[in-house]
Amino acid sequence: MTGIDGYMYPNEVELQWGLLIVIYPYITGLVAGAFILASLERVFKVEAVRPTYRLALLTALAFLLVAPLPLQLHLGHPERSFEMYVTPHRSSAMAMFGFVYLWYLLAVLLIEVWLEYRADIVGFAKSQRGTRRWIYKLLTLGSENVSPASRRVDDEVGYVVTVIGIPSAFLLHGYVGFIFGSVKANPWWSTPLMPIVFLFSAMTSGIAAVLALYMISMKLRKAAIDMRCVDMVAKYLFYMFVIDFSLEMLDLVQRTYEADESFRSLDFMVHTRLWASQVVIQIVLGTLAPLAVLAATQLWTFAGVLRRRLYLGASILTLIGIFAMRWNVVIGGQLFSKSFLGYTTYKVQFAAREGLLPAVALLILPFVLFVLLVKLLPPWQEDKATPA
Amino acid sequence: MDISRRELLTQCSKLLLLTGTAAKAFDSARRAPNPADAYQMAEHWWGMIIDIDKCIGCGNCVRACSKENGVPEGYFRTWVERYQVTEDQEHPLVESPQGAINGFPPATREDVKSFYVPKLCNHCVDSPCVQVCPVGATFVSPDGVVLVDPDYCLGCRYCVQACPYGCRFFNPEKKIADKCTLCYHRITKGLTTACCEACPTGARQLVDLKNPKDPVHEFLRENKVQVLKPQMATGAKVFYKDLDGSVR
Repeated sequence: MTGIDGYMYPNEVELQWGLLIVIYPYITGLVAGAFILASLERVFKVEAVRPTYRLALLTALAFLLVAPLPLQLHLGHPERSFEMYVTPHRSSAMAMFGFVYLWYLLAVLLIEVWLEYRADIVGFAKSQRGTRRWIYKLLTLGSENVSPASRRVDDEVGYVVTVIGIPSAFLLHGYVGFIFGSVKANPWWSTPLMPIVFLFSAMTSGIAAVLALYMISMKLRKAAIDMRCVDMVAKYLFYMFVIDFSLEMLDLVQRTYEADESFRSLDFMVHTRLWASQVVIQIVLGTLAPLAVLAATQLWTFAGVLRRRLYLGASILTLIGIFAMRWNVVIGGQLFSKSFLGYTTYKVQFAAREGLLPAVALLILPFVLFVLLVKLLPPWQEDKATPA
Repeated sequence: MDISRRELLTQCSKLLLLTGTAAKAFDSARRAPNPADAYQMAEHWWGMIIDIDKCIGCGNCVRACSKENGVPEGYFRTWVERYQVTEDQEHPLVESPQGAINGFPPATREDVKSFYVPKLCNHCVDSPCVQVCPVGATFVSPDGVVLVDPDYCLGCRYCVQACPYGCRFFNPEKKIADKCTLCYHRITKGLTTACCEACPTGARQLVDLKNPKDPVHEFLRENKVQVLKPQMATGAKVFYKDLDGSVR
């Protein structure tokens, strides 16, 4: 059979989880990472990253709204997906997705965004005209009190929500890692490190996304980039990436040293079918290259323009690298036979339901939502006298 | 005879009622008892025994299963593998052309240990597939058969990933997870599975582990028996006699 080497169980030839399931952990990772960056300012009082705070919240929201779509498209019967809420199977790692998702969306992110923007929304509801006025009026949820005392309450509640939000963000993405890490039938996935690797790679990708979006947004607005802020965000990106890479290498070293029954098969796969996506794109281009760039910016002081370009380059490479990591986990985990005697091939279709076209659309959609959210709730604060 | 309309209607109703009841009683007495009505799930615990040395790789079981259950082409609820093992047990030559639905071509080598291994769902007691199903559409029946509720399955395919034996597939027509049901529609009527019925050598036999008279007890007592991938701790209930160490 074409595309098959060695022996696959007959039902294994076809991959069950394709490109859409690669996108799902990628998107939830960006949500979790962006939120953790936002919480740095709110909870840990890292004032330097303040300019990215609102941007990070809107990035998280835009991506979170898209997160369930790849799953819905993937399901054989999407119309039955509500059953996961009605009759969740408690022993299933996947059954909790709906609840974790709703908790994160409704109990954390929407509340935090609303509290952060409440004063602006009330202001817009008074200053805008026509339909926009009504939209903002609706968004006030009937509360137009923006007195200093009420803003203080907002701030305190917002703080509590963020404190709850940090473990929630950890839960959201650590949980996605657990969905893979708990499949004992698949040695490529089955490792207790999976949730924590997913978590740190999520933070890395989320921080990189916000850094890139911040710099690109400021460029488009022809506004000045706050260098103190990007230096600090880049520093966090570097730290997170070092932890993430160390964890992945720890996993690799452990597997190589233990060399259990699956090792030869997995090793062969990495040296053949996953060579380009794992070694070249993920490790060299998407990890070592941005790490080297970020390390250089920590060691030496470059001029502002060069520094910005280095940061932008490192962020984009990081985003590519983490995407490759998701690809290698999801697709790589299905390219070898559970008999360890053969390998199959994944062919991405183009205009199919789980093909390249919907996947690209799903990756563009969060950016469209992001632009809409930025228009609705402008995150720019540099010309505002009173920080919220 | 003078009869009022009211009396006429009353008498007619009585007649209808009596004849109707009598007819129903007659039908009920005449009909043979349906074995499915008498089937008590709690009295059974199904599994299968497979005698590797008896399997000749004819593929009858695969064909029978496919026909009995309307298995879509290219997918398999059961299949047969041919192992050709040299002294290097780690890299046996394994093949299962089209799940062996048409049997096997002649073996390519003579200087090797060669044997056939029929595979099917192991109807595990601690099924990983049952564990991961997000809505409980996959479940173990009280008589020990792992089944999928076709009206409930979301088609997420997590169960396919979780099965260590590659026994599940995504049914492209019904858009749900599909697998061996151990011919549940047959065994609850006192029949054996289609694959066992079609096996010309008796290499595979349906067994009821709860039935003290079932030959499985003697089989397990008197033979060296193994399940596939015991390290997975799934509580597999398909027992293989003389399973070679090279089998995955």
